[in-house]
Amino acid sequence: MKDHSRLSEVFNEDEQRVNWHDETLWWIRQKRDKAANMLPEWELLRENASQIKHHTLSNLANYLEQFESKALANGITVHWAANAVEHNEIVLSILNRNGIDQIVKSKSMLTEECHLNAFLESNGVGVVDSDLGERIVQLAEEPPSHIVLPCIHKKKEEIGELFHKHLGTAHGEADPQVLTEAARQDLRSVFLTRRAALTGVNFAVAETGEIVICTNEGNADMGVHLADIHIASMGIEKIIPKRKDLGIFLRLLARSATGQPITTYSSHFKTPRLGQEMHMILVDNGRSRQLGREEFRNSLKCIRCGACMNTCPVYRRSGGHSYQYTISGPIGSILAPNLDMQKHADLPFASTLCGSCTNVCPVKIDIHNQLYQWRQVLVAAGKTTATKRWGMKIASTLFAYPALFGAAGKLGRSLMKITPYLFKNRLNPWYHQREMPAPPEQSFREWYKKQRNNKD
Amino acid sequence: MMTVGLFVPCYVDQFYPKAAIATLELLEKFNVKVSFPAKQTCCGQPMANSGFSHLTQASDELFTEGFAEFDYIVCPSGSCVLHLKDHLHSVKHPQKAEEIRSKIYELVEFLVDILQVQDLKARFPHKVGVHQSCHGLRGLKLAQMTELVAPGFSKPVHLLNMVDDLEIISLSRKDECCGFGGTFCVTEEAVSVKMGKDRVADHVLNGAEYITGVDLSCLMHMEGILKRQGSMVQIIHIAEILNAN
Ligand code: SF4
Repeated sequence: MKDHSRLSEVFNEDEQRVNWHDETLWWIRQKRDKAANMLPEWELLRENASQIKHHTLSNLANYLEQFESKALANGITVHWAANAVEHNEIVLSILNRNGIDQIVKSKSMLTEECHLNAFLESNGVGVVDSDLGERIVQLAEEPPSHIVLPCIHKKKEEIGELFHKHLGTAHGEADPQVLTEAARQDLRSVFLTRRAALTGVNFAVAETGEIVICTNEGNADMGVHLADIHIASMGIEKIIPKRKDLGIFLRLLARSATGQPITTYSSHFKTPRLGQEMHMILVDNGRSRQLGREEFRNSLKCIRCGACMNTCPVYRRSGGHSYQYTISGPIGSILAPNLDMQKHADLPFASTLCGSCTNVCPVKIDIHNQLYQWRQVLVAAGKTTATKRWGMKIASTLFAYPALFGAAGKLGRSLMKITPYLFKNRLNPWYHQREMPAPPEQSFREWYKKQRNNKD
Repeated sequence: MMTVGLFVPCYVDQFYPKAAIATLELLEKFNVKVSFPAKQTCCGQPMANSGFSHLTQASDELFTEGFAEFDYIVCPSGSCVLHLKDHLHSVKHPQKAEEIRSKIYELVEFLVDILQVQDLKARFPHKVGVHQSCHGLRGLKLAQMTELVAPGFSKPVHLLNMVDDLEIISLSRKDECCGFGGTFCVTEEAVSVKMGKDRVADHVLNGAEYITGVDLSCLMHMEGILKRQGSMVQIIHIAEILNAN
């Protein structure tokens, strides 16, 4: 399997495209900065949001039960799923019971995480994603590359091509407005004919048993209001204690995500309409395990705004697909190893630990520290290579003995002069696109010995 | 007289002795007694950041023994200082290690916060771009970070402003990472180099003759790229500018 480094190398073969990807996402980071700077209380909001999440995670069991009892009282059917398989089975059983073989879905990263679409399709149920970005990657048969902007890796010309093939737009048509209109018309008939709508959840309020879904396109509302059955899937960490907490989270979410003051729609769903069935599926899928890992617990505070991706200098230059996990970028790199350490062992190393992610995170997750911690955990669990292990052992031995270190350094520097080809070759990844530093005549310690030794 | 133990990180010792000499001379100008304990090598960060923090024991003990006696420890590298502040542990002398963690300073923060330098006799008649190394910036908080909604400041710029005839150029991205990242620079070569190229381009396009900063690791990476491009723009550690006459 190709790892993050190898996939990034492939992504970097087209430098112009990397520039375009980097600039597009940087532009969103700048919009976020502008929006944040409009609120003098921004840092206070972040701190409050972080504390509320901290409190909620510390009392998660209680809040989940409170939410369940309120939701039941509101007439919602509540299901619990321990993992992705159970989640998918629950969805299928609801559909089967009602004889439904086609559904419309608004954006839900959880269902991506559970690979619901593939599961339903293999069971004869057609799924249409109604979020424009999600629809595009669905037509392209690709996973989303970003949690908020699923098709950010695609240029408008490529989307035009895709729509030409699937939705019959004119060949070469790349005007975003025309393309959006084509998708809208296509989705309209879907909305009108689907009897079941599946949505994600942004916030679940324990106090009232209601859920809040934030979209810019209103597609969640369209789907739900026209369907007989509403299935909402949520990770158990989506709980917030009180309705008033939304005043903090909604202000942070859209500003962090896109720089908007608020998403166009913040829709509250509390009780099913007359004749409608409403189901909530509360999914664990590794979350309680992460909650049990003290150093990584905070990662469950995430409200999926995507700001850490937009600011990440690595993500911008490697693309979302290089992470090979539904949630890419910095936050994905600390969530993925929890689910599968072996498969995602590369991700915590796909970072310079620059810390920009931690600074933009609206719930103040210490992402870069957790990346560092994951590295220790992965190496301790043996998820590293023999070469790396030996290299590190040799280095640590050198560093334990100053005389040895001094001698090795001197030897190394002379070798660089006498036999430069030992360093300046294709096997040295430093040298591939960078010159080696010029080795000086003497090291500082040698200079010091000669110049200042009388002092010590 | 205040005593300072000078810690010169492994790669600075081997490849950039001029920066270490400048650090030493600069500190001596401010009437502190500086010594360079011979028993020092590396802060342990290369191992720890690669996931091998359990292998830093020996270098941690060495460091603790070598530096415990000083009033302060000063080092011309933000990254190494941050690592020691966060992670230095000693089994033999736990108390001493803990003390070191609170009395170790990166050069710029030592000059600004402890020595409270108001005046420098230095001259550097060039256009200079300041690279904000991430560990110095977001770890040691040497300057305000662009992500935060908070008043601006910059300790390196505060000092550079005292240098005669020096012109600081402005950048389009003030504090983006250069992509060095320790072993990242070889394990993720493609992205590391691309980040470096982009960072360098920002300085070059804005007219820098020199790129300076508090961390030679970042500067070494950018130097490698500049040289490969055949650029005339040079890198220089901030100590060399502050010590320039
Ligand atoms: S980790 Fe923070 S910044 Fe990243 S998506 Fe989650 S909430 Fe947003």
